[in-house]
This record gives sequence, structure tokens and C-alpha cells, in this order.
Amino acid sequence: MSSLARRHTAPIASGSDWSFDILTEYETEIARLADEYRLDTYPNQIEVITTEQMMDAYASVGMPVGYHHWSFGKQFLATEQAYRRGQMGLAYELVINSDPCIAYLMEENTLMMQVLVMAHACYGHNSFFKGNYLFRTWTDASSIVDYLVFARKYLGECEERYGVQAVEQLLDACHALQNYGVDRYKRPSPVSAEEEARRQKEREDYLQAQVNTLWRTIPGAISGDASTPAASEEDPLGLHEGGRYPPEPQENLLYFIEKNAPLLMPWQREVVRIVRKLAQYFYPQRQTQVMNEGWATFWHYTLMNRLFDDGAVDEGLMLEFLQSHTAVVSQPAFDSPYFNGINPYALGFAIFTDLRRICENPEDEDREWFPDIAGSDWRETLNFAMRNFKDESFIQQFLSPRVIRELKLFQVVDDDHEEMLEVAAIHDERGYHRIREALSTQYALSVREPNIQVYEADIRGDRSLTLRHVQDQRRPLARSVYPVMRHLHQLWGFPINLESIDGDEVMRRYHWPLPDSEESSS
Amino acid sequence: MTYFIDRRANAKNKSAVNRQRFLDRYRTHIKRSVEEAVNRRSITDMERGEKISIPSRDISEPVFQHGSGGRRSIIAPGNREFQEGDRLRRPGGGGGGDGSGEGGASNQGEGMDEFAFTLTREEFLEFVFDGLELPHLERKPLVDVEEVRPVRAGVSRDGVPARINIVRSMREAHARRIAMRAPIRRALREAQQALAAEERKDPVLRNPARIQELKDEIERLEKRLEAVPFIDTYDLRYNHLINQPQPSSKAVMFCVMDVSGSMTQAHKDIAKRFFLLLYLFLERSYERVELVFVRHHTAAREVDEEEFFYSRETGGTIVSSALTLVDEIIDKRYPPTQWNLYVAQASDGDNWDDDSVNCRELLTGSLMSRLQYFTYVEITPHAHQALWEEYERVEAAYPDRFAMRQIIEPGDIYPVFRELFKRRADA
Repeated sequence: MSSLARRHTAPIASGSDWSFDILTEYETEIARLADEYRLDTYPNQIEVITTEQMMDAYASVGMPVGYHHWSFGKQFLATEQAYRRGQMGLAYELVINSDPCIAYLMEENTLMMQVLVMAHACYGHNSFFKGNYLFRTWTDASSIVDYLVFARKYLGECEERYGVQAVEQLLDACHALQNYGVDRYKRPSPVSAEEEARRQKEREDYLQAQVNTLWRTIPGAISGDASTPAASEEDPLGLHEGGRYPPEPQENLLYFIEKNAPLLMPWQREVVRIVRKLAQYFYPQRQTQVMNEGWATFWHYTLMNRLFDDGAVDEGLMLEFLQSHTAVVSQPAFDSPYFNGINPYALGFAIFTDLRRICENPEDEDREWFPDIAGSDWRETLNFAMRNFKDESFIQQFLSPRVIRELKLFQVVDDDHEEMLEVAAIHDERGYHRIREALSTQYALSVREPNIQVYEADIRGDRSLTLRHVQDQRRPLARSVYPVMRHLHQLWGFPINLESIDGDEVMRRYHWPLPDSEESSS
Repeated sequence: MTYFIDRRANAKNKSAVNRQRFLDRYRTHIKRSVEEAVNRRSITDMERGEKISIPSRDISEPVFQHGSGGRRSIIAPGNREFQEGDRLRRPGGGGGGDGSGEGGASNQGEGMDEFAFTLTREEFLEFVFDGLELPHLERKPLVDVEEVRPVRAGVSRDGVPARINIVRSMREAHARRIAMRAPIRRALREAQQALAAEERKDPVLRNPARIQELKDEIERLEKRLEAVPFIDTYDLRYNHLINQPQPSSKAVMFCVMDVSGSMTQAHKDIAKRFFLLLYLFLERSYERVELVFVRHHTAAREVDEEEFFYSRETGGTIVSSALTLVDEIIDKRYPPTQWNLYVAQASDGDNWDDDSVNCRELLTGSLMSRLQYFTYVEITPHAHQALWEEYERVEAAYPDRFAMRQIIEPGDIYPVFRELFKRRADA
């Protein structure tokens, strides 16, 4: 439909005050435009909340219901402090990947902010959640809220039965490992409260039986021939036939704990599982920050401009918007006091905006770099980019020379074998590919986080658990390795070893409890 | 499809549990900060919470991370001067340049050594009392009620229009209408049935006069039904207010301290904490609490808080001078009919030989009858002297209003405080 057909004779509202009627009108208008741009979204549930509620929401990572834990309280206090001191504007957007998609509007916001947040969250993020392959594959938007309710209830019951402290300690330990509680390659079954509740009891019994088999101290009589299928009855995992357990390294530490830790009670396994499931749910967010924010920012920018072109917002609101938008996408230089790493909003917005330009007004450089894209339909191209990538591959595919030039990106190599840092690439012909490559790597979780896997559980000996850290570029582990191992030890119940290896060489070994001190009991 | 939901009204304080969990977890740490704050603060400065800092390392949630070392590549924005191949000196402290930290998208500042947050005033006081293991204080109205406050006490038939209880009045009216209309309705129904019966009769047998009579009757009854008033003065109910005695909302506390040479700074600190507790206690019971600081050696003087606690003099001690001054101040500024009067006296118990008797006489003769409560703490590890003995006689005379205890070390402050105030529970 032609935009002229809907040309407004007067803006829907003016001034900075909002009311539900005005919001509804704007929402309808944005929805119409989003539809025109073929943004596919979940239904929206827009909740108007107070500042304090917004801080609550921040503290619980936006989860509408969360279990109780001191760390959320800490987060709340930190947010409150930052907000009170004016170091942080609240509530630019907080939106939850659920169906319906829950977005929050803070009551103090001006009308402009409410419209902006609706465009950004309800149509930008929302369509990203619904479209991006990681979210499609790894999360089930329709059941997350139910699952959170289930988790909260379950943990509440555990607290009643086993004490707040026992649950808190367990959660501390699980939280320390939650980044290692995801399946990176295998698609998990969707989390669903209904199903969880139904299968939970069953699972408890079954799991415990399995663990018992695993840790049976007397090897079964059928150790003879591994080939006979009859053996699987007594020893389904072939554990007592020799060889290392697990036969393959396991990257999902929490999953391994849940299934194999010798001493955990059934409820503790369930808690491990809950943390693991939630970590899995947030896993796509961690991998698509640039894309997700860039996409939402691109769309709020596009939609707001359309509202203005169509006469639905006045100049005052538009000016206020531009000011806010500029702040959001500003990228302080590396030597600025405000520099705090690469701003995902700025980077993502720049890439999507440039992608549209490449489609609409391609130049020779673009035809050379993006032969398939230059001159194509921009909506389809952007949609394709949004759907099929994560930050790592998105940057790899779509970071254009022009964006590199605009942001004046450069690569510094910091090698502890060298006296000085080296500028390895800058925004010039020779540098584009290298910068693109290096920035892509910088966003790969597998590079950002140390690669640590379960290597062996000593099921026939002292029951110790051995992890392996595969060093990348000789980078060692930070000192936090000890407290994390202490948490792991709590879950496992027996000694923990960790080997840092580089190639075939073991660079460093860590143990917990510390072998030559008695204070490990703490 | 979009729904708007206004959530502002519900679920306030959703984080309260998590916040409390956090405070509990770091209780010992926070307690230490709070205790320091109490010692640092002035008595009147309890209106705010307290900023607490906890070292970040104590509070961090560890995860596996890369340490420094090895070979790292960093992409940064804003290059103006560098060329490929340039070599740079390492900046001190290591580059903080790679993406944001682990976890969500929030913008926590990195590299902060302290985790700082603010306790609310309530939380602060909770910790103040927690440090002293304060049980729940009694908040009973104390003696000598002076003020009243109207409180609702059911409904009554009399009152002023402004206090009409609409719901109750309507209910009464409704009941009355049901009651008054029931017989009329019954008569009406009977008349209607009679009329219907009459009309069903064969035309030949109908009695037109009877029909007319019944119609008139029905009309009359319907009018009567309508005439039953919707609301009647008889129905009106009023919210009944009675005057309930209130603890007077104003209180004044006289802090009386001996500042003679024998009172060391340690003594004064103990006294200060005692006064502080008393002040907080009063503050929770009264809307307005004033403090009067009276110090004395051989002569008494009213001073400000700073001088009260931090100056020191030498010389003899005449306790009665302070009591006389208190008596005068009461006369001048705090009439007992309007104020709840408290005196807290701290001393090391040393007094001019024959002055202790004066003190007793002053107290029993004039002061005690005007005071809500008089507490005396003797901060001394030594044996009691004449003043204590005289005060014991006062206590015997006014067991409900006079209390005294000895404090030897700071740890005694709270238990003594509690003892001094617990008797009020059965007042």
C-alpha cells in the first residue's frame, strides 16, 4: 500500500505526555508499517511499569518470574545505584523472547520514548526472536514463561524442604558453570513446564538408577565380551569394560554433572537441570548481541522515520528521537574516556544500514565485495541476514569496507612474547579482510570463553573428575579458575583436576581441593 | 495482536526477597560498615541510609575466564593516527578493549574495585539494632496521654452529613423498602389475581363494579408502592468517630553528661551510643523528638552536640547543677503538658561529697513528677560511690520511672539499654 494513502493530516499526538489511547494509536500505526515491511512477529504484550519494577526486571535479566537468589539482589542494588547516580538510563528496552513477546514501557518515559521502545522492542527484537535461526532452534518462546514458573515453584519447594542456604549454595555452584551448561551443537528439547512437571518424578528415579550403575564399585561379571548386546542390560553404558569415561570429551559440564555426579540428591540434579535449561535459553542472546541490537535499532530508526514522513509524529518528537537515537548508536573512540568496548548497537546498526545502502545504491566496491547482494531487494536481503546468522558469521559475511572505514576500526595484537603491541591492520585495502576476520573471531563464543571440557571421570579409582582446558593462542586461565573449581567440587563431591593443554603439552595443572593445604574444607 | 497491560499497581518490591538475600549473605560485612557509621554519625543524623562498599572480589561470581598473557587480537574503533605495522607501548593495566564482559547486555562498569550500594534508612536501622541484637521494641503509648486522634468506631444513627456511610445507609434503606413493601406487594398480587379471575369469567357473569373496584385498588396499591421512600432519614447511618488517646507526638530527650576530667573519650563514646539508642527508640515512638544536651562539671551548661561529645574539661563535679539546669529548661521551653520528657544521664559516678543528696532531693522534689522516664548509666569499672546510693533511693521511690545501670565496656550498652526499657512492656 502506498504510504501517501495513509498520510496523516495531523500528528497523532504532540508533547511528551502519553496516555493509553495515544499509545494504542501509535502501536496500531507502527504495526501497520511493520506489516508493510513484512516484519514477522509474535503477538506483543506491552506492560507499563514503574521505575522500580524496571529495575526488578533488569535484575532478573528481564525474566518476568525468577527464582530467588542473592545474585539477583546484587544486580538490583547495582542497577539502582547506577540509576540513582545517573550513570545509566533505564529502560531503553527490555524485551523477552516469549510468545507473546513481553516488552516493558516505563511510566516516566516521554511519549517519544514509548513510541521508540515499541518500535525497537515490539517490532525489532520481536521479529528477531521469531526469525533468527538460533532462537528458532534453541528456544521455545511459547513455553519459557511456564518453565520459569515451574522453576520458581520447584526451587521454592526445595528451599522449604532443604533450607535456603543449601539451595543457595547449589545455585552458586551452578551459576558459576552455567556458561558451560549448554549444548553447542545438539538441539535441546524445548523446555516446557507441563512436560517438566509430568516427567520430573520419573526422571528422578531413572537418573538415580543410572548414576548408581555408573558408580557401582564392583565391576559387573560381564566384563568379558563387549560385543554381546546382552551386556547392555547390566551395563548399558559399557562402563566397566575399561577405557576412559566419558569416551568422548563433554563440553556441557552441567549436563555431565546432572547425569553423572555420584553424590547429588535427585532434587539437586533437578536444580542443575533448571539452571542448565535457562542457560540454554539465554545462549542465543549471548551469540547475537550485535545482530539483535543492530536489527532492532535499524527498525526503530526506519519506523520512526516513516512515522515522521507519514505525518504521524511531529518535528518536536522527531528531534527528541534523533537525539536519543544518536546517543544509542554513538561509538566512542578507543582513547575516549567513555570507551567501553565496541557498542553492539552502533556496530549492528551500521552494518544493517550499510546493507540496505548496498542493495539500494551499490557502488563498485560493493559489487566487488558483495556481488550477490549489491542491487538486490533490500528487505529480502536484510531478512536473510537476520534469519541465518549469529554475530560471528554475520560479521564475517556482512561487515563492509565502508563500515570499517566509518568506524575507523583497527586491529591490535597483544602478544606477551613481544615487547610492544602491534597494529596489525587498519581501515585500508590491506586491512579490510583481516579486520573482518579478527572481529568475527572476537565475537565467537568459542574464542571469547576458554574451551574447557570434561575429559575423564575416574569411575574405577578415586572418583576424581578431570577437565581439560585447550589453550587458544597460549592464553591462560584467569585466577577465577580456583573458585570455579571449588564450586564444581561441591557438585561433584570428589577431587577436581584441570589441565591446561597447548597441543599435546600440559601447560599447567590445577587441583581442588588444594593438595597440600587443609583449608580446603571451607 | 497487541495487548497493553498496566502493571504499575501490582508487584511492587518484587526484588525485595533477592535484596534481602543479598543483605543476609553479606551480613557480617555490612554490619561492620554500619557499626562504623553509627560511631561516626551524630545522634540526630539517622535520617538517611548508609552507603556500603564491599570489595568486588568478595562479591564476584566466578566463571572460567581468560587471564592475561598469550596472544590476543583486539579490534578497536576510532583509529586516527596508526598505520599498519606501528608498534605501541603497552598501556599500564592491560587493555580493556575487547567486547563486553560475559553474560547479558547490561553495561556494568568493569574494573571497579568496590561494589557500592545504599541501604535504606529502615535497612540501616535494622542493622544498627541487629548489631546490638535488638529485639522488637515495644511501641506502646507511654504514660501521660495528652493528645487525642479521632478514629473510626463503627457506625451510628447520628452524625453530620459529611460522615454518612453510604453503603450502610443504602443497605438499611434497601432492607426497609423490602420490609415496607412486602405487605403492599402481597395485597397487590392478591388484587391482581382477583382481577384476573374476574376477567376470566364468562362476560355474562362479570361484575363491572367489582372489576372497577379491583382496578382502583391496584392503582392505589401501586401508588403506595411507589410512595415508599427510596431513602429515609431513618436509614441514614454515620461513621462514628471517637477520640482515641494518642501518645503525645512530641518528646524531648535531655542528654546529661558529666564532662569532668575523669570522663575519657572512651566513656563519652559509650555514652554517645547509649544516647543514640535512646534517641532512635524515642524517634520510633514519637513524631517529633528533640534533643537537649547538657554537660556539667562543677557548673552545667546547655551546648550543641559537637561540644557535648568532643570537648573535655578538668575539675570537680557537681551533678546537681545539671539537674537544676534541666529543671529550668523544662520550665522555660518544654511544659510537661505538651511534651514527653526523658532524661538520660551518663556519668562515671564521681560527685562532690555532699552534692549527691541534693541530687536526690531535686529529683524526688521536683523533676521526677514531670518526667516520663529517667535513666542513669554509670560508666565505670569501679565501685559505686555516693551518687549511686542516693539514686538507689530515688529508684525505690519511683520504680516505674527511674532506672539505673552500670556500664563497664561497650558490650554492655545494649543489654543495659534493653533492661532499662523493658519494664515498659507491662505499663
